[in-house]
Amino acid sequence: MAYSDKVVDHFNNPRNMGSFKKDEEGVGTGMVGAPECGDVMKLQIKVQNDTIVDAKFKTFGCGSAIASSSLATEWLKGKTIEEAQKIKNTDIVQELNLPPVKIHCSVLAEDAIKAALTDYQKKTDAQSTDTK
Amino acid sequence: MKLPIFLDNHSTTPMDPRVLEAMLPYFVEKFGNAASRNHAFGWAAEEAVEHARKQIAKLINADGKEIVFTSGATESDNLALKGALEMYKEKGTHIITSSTEHRAVLDTAKSLEAKGLATVTYLPVDKYGMVNPQDVQNAITDKTILISVMLANNEIGTINPIQEIGKIAKAKGVLFHCDATQGVGKIPVDVQAMGIDLMSFTSHKIYGPKGVGALYVRKRNPRVRIAAQMDGGGHERGMRSGTLPVPLIVGFGKACELCEQEMATDAVRLSKMRDRLQTDIMAALEESYLNGHPTNRLPGNLNISFAYVEGESLLMGMKDIALSSGSACTSATLEPSYVLRALGVGTELAHSSIRFGLGRFNTDEEIDYTIKKVIEIVTKLREMSPLYEMAKEGVDLKSVQWAAH
Repeated sequence: MAYSDKVVDHFNNPRNMGSFKKDEEGVGTGMVGAPECGDVMKLQIKVQNDTIVDAKFKTFGCGSAIASSSLATEWLKGKTIEEAQKIKNTDIVQELNLPPVKIHCSVLAEDAIKAALTDYQKKTDAQSTDTK
Repeated sequence: MKLPIFLDNHSTTPMDPRVLEAMLPYFVEKFGNAASRNHAFGWAAEEAVEHARKQIAKLINADGKEIVFTSGATESDNLALKGALEMYKEKGTHIITSSTEHRAVLDTAKSLEAKGLATVTYLPVDKYGMVNPQDVQNAITDKTILISVMLANNEIGTINPIQEIGKIAKAKGVLFHCDATQGVGKIPVDVQAMGIDLMSFTSHKIYGPKGVGALYVRKRNPRVRIAAQMDGGGHERGMRSGTLPVPLIVGFGKACELCEQEMATDAVRLSKMRDRLQTDIMAALEESYLNGHPTNRLPGNLNISFAYVEGESLLMGMKDIALSSGSACTSATLEPSYVLRALGVGTELAHSSIRFGLGRFNTDEEIDYTIKKVIEIVTKLREMSPLYEMAKEGVDLKSVQWAAH
């Protein structure tokens, strides 16, 4: 099976690979997948004034899974929370030209985005209750 | 050194130039049909086939008449199991095999089961992938007509105690089929000493051409019979009809002759390179685990799992080295290697496995390059792995509640 040039590029030059401290202010962390299934994605966002100013990922998985999460971090940067909610796995499939057997990688990336956003919301909600 | 490097010699092997040379006259000049009994074209072809039969038989200590040509090991496995069952079904319909056999044996057995033609016992293997002869003995019933156990495994290279299984089969009067596809030409095979009645093997795994294989069918003590699975001209003593592919057979014969002459020196050289590959990689990379038997394995085989990295991404990171992985992402079934699972290797480590297959034409320089590349890519991908990060932080990955998908 041949990989698309974009998948190869993200795999060879991953964007925003790394981690934020989970308890850092404004950081939301999403971890999805399972080692037994052969892929685990960790996606993190850093939010300031409702805008995602930075994003990072770490992924255990095939080349397409790594590329999907790398692309997701690229797309997240600069988006508002609301805009980020709208990223769909089909957008990732299209951009990376993923074959049918690799669609689950894009689904996982969308799940990771949603999980990171949810985690961020939970953290900020908890903080605002604290201050009240 | 030329890139890419071929380190996938269990899947197939490049043809030895000496084999090609032997084959060439049989395409255009000596093109006859070996079954044509009435003219010189046929006689020349027949002579070439009979010579190849002897070369092949010699490698496994058999008689040329006991070699039945097929299209390859998959057909040989099918013919052995289906043909023996059809021939001996009055005696019984129970077959014993092992859980790490090649799909050509396992799927044939499953198909016979599904059609209600046979009952099959799938023996477990130990943590090294070996069948216990005692398990074979215990599984035999008065309905057992066939035991089918592979000589060496295609993924992990583990060599089974064939001679002991052969003895048990003989003592119980049960036929013994051995899928020796990975072993013939790599390690000594003697159908007499090993007590083998039927044996599958193929040309393209031993530097011969693709498209030809053989089924060894014992002629005496006992005389084994199998029912043909294809109707036609009654070639190969009625067991496998179809015009013989003379050039391929000539190549197969030459390949066997070369193996007979060079197997011992090849094995020493390959084991040495393989051991170096193993030692250097495993010394540099923590949490890398050898799959299969530490010593009792094929000379050119090495199978390692690298914890926290996924197999397909490893292959992708080593584009200029041809390797294979037990990861689900590289299989048609989307399940990780059933062979590794049968040894008790966890699913996550099965996803992380890489198979190195060394062959006659690999060089020390290629091994040096591979060692360097593997260490580089595993290190890089671990940096990228959330699992590695968690493990380094002291998180027990088994205690994590994963959101399975």
